[in-house]
Amino acid sequence: MAGKPMLHYFNGRGRMESIRWLLAAAGVEFEEKFIESPEDLKKLVNEGSLMFQQVPMVEIDGMKLVQTRAILNYIATKYNLYGKDIKERALIDMYVEGVADLGEMILLLPVAPPGEKDAKLALIKEKTTNRYFPAFEKVLKSHGQDYLVGNKLSRADIHLVELIYYVEELDPSLIASFPLLKALKARVSSLPTVKKFLQPGSQRKPPLDQKTLEQGRKIFKLQ
Amino acid sequence: MFDEEFLETREQLHKLQKGKHLLFQQVPMVEIDGMKLVQTRSILHYIAEKYHLFGSDLKEKTLIDMYVEGTLDLLEMIITHPFLKPEDQQKEVVSMTQKAVIRYFPVFEKILRDHGQKFLVGNQLSLADVILLQTILALEEKVPNILAAFPHLQEFTVKISNVPTIKKFLEPGSKKKPPPDDVYVRTVYTIFAP
Repeated sequence: MAGKPMLHYFNGRGRMESIRWLLAAAGVEFEEKFIESPEDLKKLVNEGSLMFQQVPMVEIDGMKLVQTRAILNYIATKYNLYGKDIKERALIDMYVEGVADLGEMILLLPVAPPGEKDAKLALIKEKTTNRYFPAFEKVLKSHGQDYLVGNKLSRADIHLVELIYYVEELDPSLIASFPLLKALKARVSSLPTVKKFLQPGSQRKPPLDQKTLEQGRKIFKLQ
Repeated sequence: MFDEEFLETREQLHKLQKGKHLLFQQVPMVEIDGMKLVQTRSILHYIAEKYHLFGSDLKEKTLIDMYVEGTLDLLEMIITHPFLKPEDQQKEVVSMTQKAVIRYFPVFEKILRDHGQKFLVGNQLSLADVILLQTILALEEKVPNILAAFPHLQEFTVKISNVPTIKKFLEPGSKKKPPPDDVYVRTVYTIFAP
């Protein structure tokens, strides 16, 4: 097997963070090459390393993978975090896509036009409380097991717990009426690999600050 | 073969939501093999895997995933287009066309040129071919000569359209839906209005 996976992205959460979480939870050490200027991105494009001229890009097992979902699907399959059969995979996919929908809203909040930010934040809180958290709480309640699918840790648990951390950053009260989600968060957070990733000094990225946002805007020429 | 239940009123959507048939209270939803699958990608993956349209190993599956995800980024623009303000719609067609011609088509043209095979991955029909064909045909409805600079994609379009099952689906009277019109847009707004 080649060396460690190499992640190409800027030094922030963005669309790469869920990949960092998944690799870390799977106990996979990885390296990162940060894009810090438009020239860095251009270099990757010009050398033909980015299939659709976009990042995230992860070099792994001799491939240059792009598209967040394709990267996550590959890692999850390789490290047995994607269920044991097609039906478990379908459940995992559904849950993961729901997490991704809410995650996308949270991801894009910092770049919302100033006049729209409050409304968008309110919508995120409303959807968390009325749509997403209840759905996952119900899944856990329905089978009473420790993990979302197949009584075994899967990517669905990892992505959901990551999302719970982001929701708590926005509003810690939102999880209050979801005891099973709280328990899942505690359980996953105490897994040795995840615990390590949650400690200071790991490759986990902090919330976006103004400076990093401006840098990201320049690099990616965000509309 | 599949059946369809069309949503035409808010009451129908509410009935599905109240009856707890929709995991996140959203459609699409597909009842298949005793499951109520939601989330477009989950549904696509399940069908692709079940009917052997997802490659023959993990590496092929991953290529298919990358191609599908790229194509879906483009298809998403087509799907949301009818719901833009009329004054923004033409601008968006230009934007879509540029993205297609600068970012996506060259990738698939090169893939087809390099391996010289009929299908994008593994010399057999996969989800990647189906989604790309759908996207090309939808774009051609708005910009008929969009493939002008892409001879391999032109050939691809003809060849995949002639796969017997797809050919049948492309004939009049199939379940393939026509381009979105005002009736469609109004129906969607009526059903999903808050």
